[in-house]
Amino acid sequence: MSRRLVWLLAAFPALLAADSCRDCHSALEGPLAAPAAVFARDVHAHRGFGCADCHGGDPAQDDPALSMSRARGFLGKIGRLQVPRLCARCHSDARLIHKFRPQQRVDQFSQYLTSVHGKRWAAGDAAAANCVDCHGVHEIREVRDAESPVHPLKLPATCARCHADAAYMARYKLPTNQFEQYRQSVHWEALARRRDPSAPSCASCHGNHGATPPQVASVAAVCGACHALLEDLYRRSPHQPVFAKLNRGGCSVCHDHHKVTRPSVELLAGPRSVCVQCHQPGSGGAAAAAEMARLIRSLQSELDRSDRILEQAARDGMEVSEAQARQQEGREALVKARVAVHTARLAEVAARAQEGLEIAAQTYRAGQEALRERDFRRWGLAASLAAIALTLAGLWLRIRALERAPAGWP
Amino acid sequence: MPVTESPRAARRLAGWFEERLGADRIREFIAHKTVPVHSGTIWYYFGGITLFLFGIQVLTGILLLLYYRPTATEAYESVQFIVTRVEFGWLIRSIHSWSANLMIFTAFVHMFSVVFLRGWRRPRELTWLSGIVLLGLSLGFGFSGYLLPWNTISYFATKVGADLAAAAPVVGPALARFLRGGDDVTGATLTRFFGFHVAVLPALTTAFLALHLALVQRFGISTPPWIEERNRRRGAPIPQMPFAPNFFLRELMAWYAALAALGVLAALFPWPLGEKADPFAPAPAGIRPEWYFLAPFYTLKLLPSHIWVLEGEQAGLIGFGLLAIWWSALPFWAVDGAGRERTRLLNGVGVLLIAWLSSFSLLGYFK
Repeated sequence: MSRRLVWLLAAFPALLAADSCRDCHSALEGPLAAPAAVFARDVHAHRGFGCADCHGGDPAQDDPALSMSRARGFLGKIGRLQVPRLCARCHSDARLIHKFRPQQRVDQFSQYLTSVHGKRWAAGDAAAANCVDCHGVHEIREVRDAESPVHPLKLPATCARCHADAAYMARYKLPTNQFEQYRQSVHWEALARRRDPSAPSCASCHGNHGATPPQVASVAAVCGACHALLEDLYRRSPHQPVFAKLNRGGCSVCHDHHKVTRPSVELLAGPRSVCVQCHQPGSGGAAAAAEMARLIRSLQSELDRSDRILEQAARDGMEVSEAQARQQEGREALVKARVAVHTARLAEVAARAQEGLEIAAQTYRAGQEALRERDFRRWGLAASLAAIALTLAGLWLRIRALERAPAGWP
Repeated sequence: MPVTESPRAARRLAGWFEERLGADRIREFIAHKTVPVHSGTIWYYFGGITLFLFGIQVLTGILLLLYYRPTATEAYESVQFIVTRVEFGWLIRSIHSWSANLMIFTAFVHMFSVVFLRGWRRPRELTWLSGIVLLGLSLGFGFSGYLLPWNTISYFATKVGADLAAAAPVVGPALARFLRGGDDVTGATLTRFFGFHVAVLPALTTAFLALHLALVQRFGISTPPWIEERNRRRGAPIPQMPFAPNFFLRELMAWYAALAALGVLAALFPWPLGEKADPFAPAPAGIRPEWYFLAPFYTLKLLPSHIWVLEGEQAGLIGFGLLAIWWSALPFWAVDGAGRERTRLLNGVGVLLIAWLSSFSLLGYFK
């Protein structure tokens, strides 16, 4: 052995450390080889943990009888009911976990115990989801790793592995259409189409380790975690006490829950109206909803009309940037009017819509003024060109007269 | 009687001025000034058109000065005020911008017509050199004026231009720092460019324009040598047109035509204002300089990152510098020691230069 190699080995004792688990399982075939094949990609392996940290035994021993000896703490294959406590042994130990990541939470197990999954597990249901069902086994990756099954962009599909499995869910009498409905929602659009990892998915509403279906009375609070202003408006609306009394789920009454489609004025009036669920056609509520829809549509249409005339003026070279900036304020008023629908008060929507309509009228007038100015310029140009043409003709006649005269240039 | 006294008073007043200004000598000079008439006479009008457009620049520039405010916080808003609130402000600003571009175009046409009609020949070397300086000053006007509205395009194009200047060997960093008034394009650059645009460049242009025009008067308008030779062989004098009024009236027609073109451009295609520059925003895609800098700009983009021991841009800038010096020295290399013209070399270089400027400008614009 060369002197250089001796120095190298002395400098890196880890290279000398024996791991008989990986050595032997790498040489095996079938399911017993799989853990050794993928463990190198596991976050625990990256942090220096080995097989024995979960499975026990003595990896320093080459003899399987010794390395997998019960006397040396070997646990063998971990049973599903043992998994949560085994993981919690380290993950609930702040002193250990914070050595690797000081900000890491250590309440996953206590949260799990509050979840429906955890409660079933505690009741001895081995089929209830536990840590490895979501995070995987032997190839556990960090949540921020795009390959992790609990990465925000992959989480809905991971939950759906069980919750969309009709045979599996049959024993719990749970529906299996949540994922299908979620995939029609505006939230899925943000998550899957725009690849926005902050878009709401299962865990955003249900929690992760403490996954629990929100109570009907809490739906608005769940939605309000992101849509705080809308929740506030709803709580002050006449709908809130009525829905609470009827034990209806706040936001989800109109917007559904898993299938939250893109909101539009169509929800107020017309064939897709959700108001008619409670308000009979011709009733005061239905009339108010129809009026709200009319105001919002009218504002939208007026703003579009102003946009068109301003774009026309801009295309013709007119300076209309001030009016176009004002249009932004009109668009904000439109958003406010739409948001005010959550107050369920016509006056609130009308006030915001009126504000926007006034802006739209001003910007439309600015557009008309710009087009009038454009026409004035064009007429001015025509008159100037005519004057120039006349002058040119006069000059040409003068030159010809000069050069026909006997005193002209030779 | 007032009817007879009035003309008498006017004559006395004219006589008073004549005695002090010597206007009779000027009239005498103009009366005898002639312009050669031949197949290339039309090209003589381009010098006059360039002068006319410069006059428009001065006039509209003074009007813009009444409202323009040269600070980073007010420049854009003041130009916006001019084009939206000031009566006919849009027209003045648009004519100023279009006229600047047309002036540079006609200056180039004038330069190449002088090259091909051999207007640079002895004893007109200084006329040529003063013309080259005036073209350089016009480009300086364009570069400095482009930044003044302080919009996104002009801001980032100036940034690119100043960065290119910084890449020049030896003097580059100091020159860029001098131009920018710091390490980056800021409000200090705007104020500095404004100073160049309305004081330094006009003063220099006035001086060189006076010299250029004086030299044109001193040596008269050149006739191409092949016309001179043809008429000499025929034993016929070269036809001459009196400058006043014949040539001047034709020139006036050209000026009116230029004015009509300006009116059409300004009314139908008002110069856009763009969006206010935001130094903290990322540079928008497709930033490029004004069209008259596009050919060198696009050439620099095509150069490899390293040429011999120099960086690509440095090598390119040295090349352009040497080309400009060589082109300026045209009267000295376009004739041999015996005074014979190097016709093929001159025509070849002229055609190549036009081909490069036009093709690379188009490529730079569309790519």
